[in-house]
Amino acid sequence: MIKNLVVLLLPVLLVSVVLGSWLQVEPMPGPSWVPSSATVAKIKPIVEGINREFVAEWKRAGVEPTPVASELVLVRRLSLALMGTIPSLQELRELEKQPESERQIWWLAHLLTDRRFGDYMAERLARVYVGVEDGPFLIYRRRRFVSWLSDQLMANVPYDQWARALVQAEGIWTTQPEANFITVTAQQNNPDEIRLAGRFTRAFLGMRIDCMQCHDDQLGDRWKQTDFHHLASFFAGTEMTLTGVRDKTTEYKVKLNKHHEEDVIEAKVPFAMELYPDLGSDRTRLAQWLTHKENPAFARAFVNRMWALMFGEPLVEPVDHIPLEGPYPPALQTLAADFVEHHFDVRRLIALIALSQPFQLQSRAGADEQEVSLAHYLNHAAFPLTRLRPEQVAGSLLQAASLKAIDADTHIVMRIIKYLQGDEFVKRYGDAGADEFGVHGGTIPQRLLLMNGNLVSERTDDNLVLNAAAQLAVSTSDAKKAIEAAYLALLTRRPNEVEAEHFFSILDHSNGKQRMRAFQDLYWSLLNSTEFSWNH
Amino acid sequence: MTLSRKNLLQSSIVAASTLGEGGFASNREAQAKSLIVLWLSGAPSQLETFDPHPGTLIGGDTKAIATRAKGIAIASEYPQLAEVMDQVSLIRSMVSNEGDHERGSITLKTGYRPDPTLQHPSIGAVLCHELQDTTVEIPRHISILPDQFAARGGFLGDQYDAFKISDPGRYLPDVKVRVDEARQQRRLNSLDLVEAQFMKGRSRQLDQELTLHRHTIDQALKMMSSEQLKAFELESVGASEKMAYGDSPFGRGCLVALRLIETGVRCVEVNLSGWDTHANNHEGHRTQAKLLDPAFAALIRGLQQRDKLDSTLVVCMGEFGRTPKINGVAGRDHWTRGFSVALAGGGIVGGRVVGATDPKGEVEEPDHPVPVKNLHATILNQFGIEYSKEVMTPIGRDMMLSEGRVLKELL
Repeated sequence: MIKNLVVLLLPVLLVSVVLGSWLQVEPMPGPSWVPSSATVAKIKPIVEGINREFVAEWKRAGVEPTPVASELVLVRRLSLALMGTIPSLQELRELEKQPESERQIWWLAHLLTDRRFGDYMAERLARVYVGVEDGPFLIYRRRRFVSWLSDQLMANVPYDQWARALVQAEGIWTTQPEANFITVTAQQNNPDEIRLAGRFTRAFLGMRIDCMQCHDDQLGDRWKQTDFHHLASFFAGTEMTLTGVRDKTTEYKVKLNKHHEEDVIEAKVPFAMELYPDLGSDRTRLAQWLTHKENPAFARAFVNRMWALMFGEPLVEPVDHIPLEGPYPPALQTLAADFVEHHFDVRRLIALIALSQPFQLQSRAGADEQEVSLAHYLNHAAFPLTRLRPEQVAGSLLQAASLKAIDADTHIVMRIIKYLQGDEFVKRYGDAGADEFGVHGGTIPQRLLLMNGNLVSERTDDNLVLNAAAQLAVSTSDAKKAIEAAYLALLTRRPNEVEAEHFFSILDHSNGKQRMRAFQDLYWSLLNSTEFSWNH
Repeated sequence: MTLSRKNLLQSSIVAASTLGEGGFASNREAQAKSLIVLWLSGAPSQLETFDPHPGTLIGGDTKAIATRAKGIAIASEYPQLAEVMDQVSLIRSMVSNEGDHERGSITLKTGYRPDPTLQHPSIGAVLCHELQDTTVEIPRHISILPDQFAARGGFLGDQYDAFKISDPGRYLPDVKVRVDEARQQRRLNSLDLVEAQFMKGRSRQLDQELTLHRHTIDQALKMMSSEQLKAFELESVGASEKMAYGDSPFGRGCLVALRLIETGVRCVEVNLSGWDTHANNHEGHRTQAKLLDPAFAALIRGLQQRDKLDSTLVVCMGEFGRTPKINGVAGRDHWTRGFSVALAGGGIVGGRVVGATDPKGEVEEPDHPVPVKNLHATILNQFGIEYSKEVMTPIGRDMMLSEGRVLKELL
């Protein structure tokens, strides 16, 4: 009788045990943030708090922040930050139909729900997790990885969830795309614990302890050579099997500096040991420890990186070298605390950064004859000037040549052109690789490419189907309007008086072929400006 | 932290702008003015090139031939090179710790192991940075037929990246103005006007301190109208001279490299891919030898004829070597202990050999192991550059140009 009851109840018991443990591992996150007037009003107090931190900083440093940038400058900044290209003329026209007070929020919502956001952001983040290398043949699929990451971003999956998925990834790299985080490091078919430990600390903790692989830290920080190897030990048993990435129990042995023999190094976290769980495999416990709400380094590292992706430079430099015990610049701690409190909601974090005063400031001084000083940049009292990445230039160039937005809905022919031409262009322009936020000036090949290159020439020629320059020259009889449209399509702003007059004098008296040429020249001059190739 | 970034940006530019005047001549006998790197991408087998062990278990069926240099034998697939070996010296005992193509490439090209926190500059970038020259109107650091790991400026800046050429001898892309002179002038005038608007309210040193935008446009314009562009083309070169290098892109690349350094270019890297012979190693290396042998030999002869060999250092290397053991599919795998590098010219004495590997392949460590950094110290030394000089890097750490020591045996 009792036996029967047990048999009857077994499935129920099993389900509740599984459900119970599932609930324990993945607590349901709060509702994910969607930009609207109401939700923006709710986060205003946080934004104001951040702004106060900066104001205090400016006061201490004796700098006056630059004025708030114009709406269109902010629109361009946000587009470059979140989808890697400038907005299309069509999108700008759509934006300008909205009530003025709601445009910024409308634009933010427009970008965050567009697939271009997921794809672009995933590509930038993938550089942190798997680099740009081709990786080992057969057991590494970079595109699968990037599109998986893009899915997480589009669904606004909480950051701690997908970070855990990466660290504890198991299985086959094609069906479990997150496993590529592990397989990309494989040499002779086995994942490399040294590279994994280095990547883990830089990507998720915002710390560089790679140098400690061979010696204790010489920079006066707190890390020891053993700290690095204790971390590497977590990945030492990770191997490739017929069922993909799996862990086996193994002893990790290393010959430490000044030791004559190899020591067995156990898996041990480098700080906040009290957060390390008692149960589970090494890597699942590492993932739990990493994403624990009280592990301060985890949220801070992501906030610093997201700030860098949006500004072109991080709050703490280098982006992955954040001190464990401070001191910290304004905003970092506040944003990290909010990120943890709101279930690692990436969209909410992006909105907070976008609405903060430093993001809204001009990159130039208030008056023409004034100069933005070094002190401005050092104290976030002016938006920094950063060079666009090759794919941003390529994307912007192709976008500028088409009046409509080039996105998933656009005609298939345009998308093929975008992909093929963009790729070739990026190769020639020179990809900066995984080196994300270095200080880069322009190069000669880049200038040659933009002055005389095929893509520029083809995108500005007489081809009416594809090219904005030709379309504008033919369809807009009013020269002033045509000049304005060209400025909007290329520089996301309207011409000032001097510029309008200059180009009007060239265009006004031309017609037919001559007018088309004058228009191509206008496009060429704008494409080759500093303003086009730099985020400002 | 931000402070250091901005300060560094400034300090590095100050350093760059003062460098043109002197340089650091520590090696008084320095002869080298230009560097040509023959980059064997994929990693060549030392046993089938510069370090054959015929008649041994590890040697396979590769034969050796005597060369013009007394006592030096190389693989028999290199008869033309054998004729000029009196000008070439070999290091047969290179050692590194990087057996991955990307990491190996970076190590051999920069003299440092890849560091995720700091991108080291390639040797050509260091030479261009240390030895400025205003008479050259074309890029001074060039990579011909680059693979994906072409030479980089690293922390010295993107302006020191190698300028890439994918079709040597034919034409240089993007240097022809697309419109007539009047239109080009109109375009440039309009550009000036747009630039002036952008500069309002910004630092007057913006271009030189950060964007390099106008600077690179001016450089590009100078290059576009320069007579020196001819060095890239081979139309004026006679057929017999071209044929001497072998009828291949790599052969043409070597001839273009010669013409470029004649024009004053500091460093040219010419890449020959196809050495990654995990299967059918010997067959693959025979194919490669047909491309490398004539080109390398003709390059040395060409430099001699033009009296440029003393002032041009030629280095032939790949990212590592290949295993002494031949695997189950007649291939050789990656090997970082005891691989070969060939050097010629630039004050390097020809006909010498440094180090040796075990003919039986049993002893892993070669005699007289040479770490990669020593190769780099030697190269810098030949240009009169104080290789142990420290430079400030963007991560705030002083870093020597090279941590190695000079291989006196080759001087």
